[in-house]
Amino acid sequence: MEELKVQPIKEGTVIDHIASGTALKVLSILGLSKSPTATVSLLMNVPSKKYGKKDIVKIEARELKPKEVDKIALIAPNATINIIRNYKVKDKYKVKLSEIIIGIVRCSNPSCISNLREPVESKFSVISRKPLKLRCYYCERELTDIIENIVI
Amino acid sequence: MSSLKGKDVISIKDFSKSDIKEILRVAKRMLPIASGERKDDSLEGKILATLFFEPSTRTRLSFECAMKRLGGSVIGFTEPTSASIAKGETLADTIKVAEAYSDIIVLRHPNEGSARLASEFSSKPIINAGDGAGQHPTQTLLDLFTIKEEFGKIENKNVILLGDLKYGRTVHSLAYALAVFRVNLTFVAPQQLQMPTEIISGLKDEFGIDAYQTISLEEVIPQADVLYVTRIQKERFPDPAEYAKVAGTYKIDLEALKKVKEDLIIMHPLPRVDEIAPEVDCTKHAVYFKQASYGVPVRMAVLSLVL
Repeated sequence: MEELKVQPIKEGTVIDHIASGTALKVLSILGLSKSPTATVSLLMNVPSKKYGKKDIVKIEARELKPKEVDKIALIAPNATINIIRNYKVKDKYKVKLSEIIIGIVRCSNPSCISNLREPVESKFSVISRKPLKLRCYYCERELTDIIENIVI
Repeated sequence: MSSLKGKDVISIKDFSKSDIKEILRVAKRMLPIASGERKDDSLEGKILATLFFEPSTRTRLSFECAMKRLGGSVIGFTEPTSASIAKGETLADTIKVAEAYSDIIVLRHPNEGSARLASEFSSKPIINAGDGAGQHPTQTLLDLFTIKEEFGKIENKNVILLGDLKYGRTVHSLAYALAVFRVNLTFVAPQQLQMPTEIISGLKDEFGIDAYQTISLEEVIPQADVLYVTRIQKERFPDPAEYAKVAGTYKIDLEALKKVKEDLIIMHPLPRVDEIAPEVDCTKHAVYFKQASYGVPVRMAVLSLVL
């Protein structure tokens, strides 16, 4: 019998179909790479029927909030979220990138009004999905480095 | 009723070609009222709030003049130090207060996107009078109006945008607006001040326009109908040494105009420093002061259509 590389989790979330090499970024944007308490398993470059190779992240005892799922959609648009309860998949869905991205990334333009002390959240429209391009609703600049500007 | 009634004027991209044409048509009608030859009190009882968080002379005066020529009145401030923002108030709060005191708000602010933010907090129309290196749509409209007045049409003209195309907000909006009118665009700038690639690709993707880019004005000036000159803006350079490398790269003088078309017009959003020699002022090519004067009829048109 083939030995399991990573044990199944009892409760929590499995993020599957992450593009190969992107899992560490997913951990980073979820704030898990520096968490002293989170139990996280990471599989990188495992075989995938659909994509050839993929990464998988398993997070114990934690279900993702909608905003966290939106963040994942920005950097891993093909990812699937599996909600695990008592070792069983209770819910399964693909991440979906909205037309408008609110409060998830900050504008890379330091002079943009959305970066100042105003009572608004950042807001971007998706102007291209492949490659992913976002435009700031306020200053109209194209976001130059999406991953660097994700609000953690 | 105009389709612009109650609309914010934030970015030239918010306007369709027919919106722009309507504004230019009304601006033409406003010319005798702007010069004081005819009276018009159509905006009597209306109040314009001018919130200028950054110094500006032409834009503020032309808005005030435009409102008064139409019988309206003006309130506002011109010095950010005297405003509540100096005490730490957010722009959002300043706008909510100004909204209660006025019928329309003109905003000049150093931060990009501020007019868009203001529009979220005001039920009254917001007019963007320049937000940092962002948008200045009424400048673009008066630039278009100038070309229309000089040639009778904008379409298919050969237009050169010259100078600081990287940081200059006027040329970004203008390039887009000119593309709407299918002009032939040429960008002339030092290598480090060329038009941002996102604007070049936007012109191509949205309008199918391939702007020609060069550093040599001499090469392209003989074909030009419009030479739009901009100042290389010292204040936009993070490093003074970088500014020193490009300052004075292009100078429009009589020598530079030897091989131009008879009816070439030279435009400039002003203020100029030394990029156009004073000797050019008395040539038939110089229209930049006339262009500045068109700020009044164009802003009258915007105010009357929006209010």
